[in-house]
Amino acid sequence: MSLPAEQLPPLAVAVPLLGAAVVLVAGRWLPRAGSDAFALGWAGLTAGVLGVLWHRAGDGAVRTVVGGWEPGVGITLHADRLGAGLALLAAVLVVAVLAYSWRYFDEPPREHTGAFPALVLLFEGGMVGFALTGDLFNAFVFFELMGVAAYALTGYRIEDPRPLHGALTFGVINSIGGYATLLGIGLIYGRTGELGMARVGVRLAGEQADALLVCAFVLLLTGMLVKAAAVPFHFWLPDAHAVAPTPVCMLLSGVMVELGVYGTYRIQHTVFEPAAIVPASVFRDIFLVLGVLTALLGAVMCWQQRHLKRLLAYSTVAHTGLFLTGVALVSRDALSGTALYIAGHAAVKAALFGLVGVLLDRHGSVDEHRLHGRGRGLRTAGAAFACGGLALAGMPPFAAGLGKAAAEHAAGVHHPWVIAVYVAVSALTGGAVLRAGLRVFYGAGPRPELRPPPDEMTGSHEPPEIKEPVRGIPPTMTGVPVALVAACLVAGLLPYAAPVPGWTPAGVLLGLLSTTLAAASATAALRWPAASSHVIRPPARLHSGRVGDYVAWLTAGMAVLTVVLAVRV
Amino acid sequence: MIMDVLPYLTAGWIFLVGLYGVVTSSDLIHTVGSLAVTQSSTYVLLLAIGYREGGTAPVYGDTSARTPVVDPVVQAMALTDVVVGATVTALLLALVLQAAKRHGTTDPDQLTGLRG
Repeated sequence: MSLPAEQLPPLAVAVPLLGAAVVLVAGRWLPRAGSDAFALGWAGLTAGVLGVLWHRAGDGAVRTVVGGWEPGVGITLHADRLGAGLALLAAVLVVAVLAYSWRYFDEPPREHTGAFPALVLLFEGGMVGFALTGDLFNAFVFFELMGVAAYALTGYRIEDPRPLHGALTFGVINSIGGYATLLGIGLIYGRTGELGMARVGVRLAGEQADALLVCAFVLLLTGMLVKAAAVPFHFWLPDAHAVAPTPVCMLLSGVMVELGVYGTYRIQHTVFEPAAIVPASVFRDIFLVLGVLTALLGAVMCWQQRHLKRLLAYSTVAHTGLFLTGVALVSRDALSGTALYIAGHAAVKAALFGLVGVLLDRHGSVDEHRLHGRGRGLRTAGAAFACGGLALAGMPPFAAGLGKAAAEHAAGVHHPWVIAVYVAVSALTGGAVLRAGLRVFYGAGPRPELRPPPDEMTGSHEPPEIKEPVRGIPPTMTGVPVALVAACLVAGLLPYAAPVPGWTPAGVLLGLLSTTLAAASATAALRWPAASSHVIRPPARLHSGRVGDYVAWLTAGMAVLTVVLAVRV
Repeated sequence: MIMDVLPYLTAGWIFLVGLYGVVTSSDLIHTVGSLAVTQSSTYVLLLAIGYREGGTAPVYGDTSARTPVVDPVVQAMALTDVVVGATVTALLLALVLQAAKRHGTTDPDQLTGLRG
């Protein structure tokens, strides 16, 4: 391609948006397979553009001021290795998801065959734009664009009340987060007269952190932390992920939530850190606590689930906590390790959701207890599910394990205790997935209790996302997850240059340690089922399903963050 | 002095009122309405930031280039914000409508059992 590099970022945003419009219109005439193939083409093109962009950006950055406006208030796009890499990750995952959902749903009504793929492309446009934006206001616009597409996709199956409820919770909480971010952007613009992130950072240099800037920081980050599902902003995530159609869960868990962590990093790193408004040490202290709390709560909640999608959703909360911890360490090594961890996690988590989708398709249930031994016939899926559990636990040589090892290595320099958190959280979440996989696909352990406990979702009687499974399992539904797990494995074997250190003896040992712990806890849970579930009830009671409660938590979180920050800076 | 900060206090107040509405809501239509209230705080804040003493609308058709105008950037932002808000409200109301049509309730407590 001979396009100038600075034309690539706008192209990468425009292609999926244009694709969404074209696919939607073409869906009026095209049969379903035609719409799907067409959308897949657009997604592939986007991934191609982003691949070239990622390559061209190299260690530097490609900056574009769209429309030839003076820098300052125009639209700027900034593609560095991290941003372009995340956008590329989103694009690749979208290709995988469109391939996966090839024959996933019931036959859509004629003249609307393009609706689902068009929404996915719209979602992709939002995510790519958010990853590449260089100015604050467009960060908000793309934040809301990916949000709206995601709410619609979550509530896609309107015939069931649960997706409606989940989508509403998701929409309300995320919109409040978005509006808080916009208030913060307004305050920053009022103070500096700039919207470009880097220019705001320059303009703020030398200013004292006063009440206005502290408020702006908290407001800006509220939206990002809601998206990243950090405690106590995380309540929407399990509710939305448990009920969204499986292909949508793959995207939400795989990359959208992680973009919230990226947004947190971008805002701190580009806007507040250079000007020392929020010094790195303060950011580190606050976000280490936040990240570790999120990771631990997510892991404990993940362990206690028997609703498989909810289990995976809480594992996403736990891992996002670890990513937030990695960003909070404020070191280049930790950041690149975390980036690799995010990529590896995205592949594995999408694969696991995909395999749960196969179970839902076959048995109309995602209840670990009810599905006991029912997956015996699905050998490939079972093997892939177990591999996914091991990868989530950080086993070498999966890329997720390598990213975890690199982040642990960086954490060991100043905060060795954080390593214990990484190991414990990987072991618990990986162990939960292994336990579920062994039960469902291999019939391990005694037949578990079917009676549901009073305040918990079991995931049985989920309406299958297709009405009658008369067809066999479409090959892409197992093929895509297997390919994703394989990609995670291969990515962990590639030779890496600094700052990702590659496999070190310590990294391998820690990875093996967390894998062993995961296997041990899974075995223990299978042998003594009663002792393994419902260890800790109080956190579960907080997840009440009422959007009002969640917003109250969000407000409390903002208040605590403001007070802590006001004391520290 | 008080007139200088009044718009900002108002914006903060509207934001909190909206949040209070969502927290105490027992009807989904009311929840979405409260969300729209929350959002309107952003309009107030943006317009307050762009206000210039004696400024007129930033349209240069029939005024001289030296007439003071309010900041057009925040107006563009507020306009985009309105579009975003309309999209979100419309989508959420459509979801509530489906809930009412197919499941006969707009009370979030009766809708489902998402918990744990």
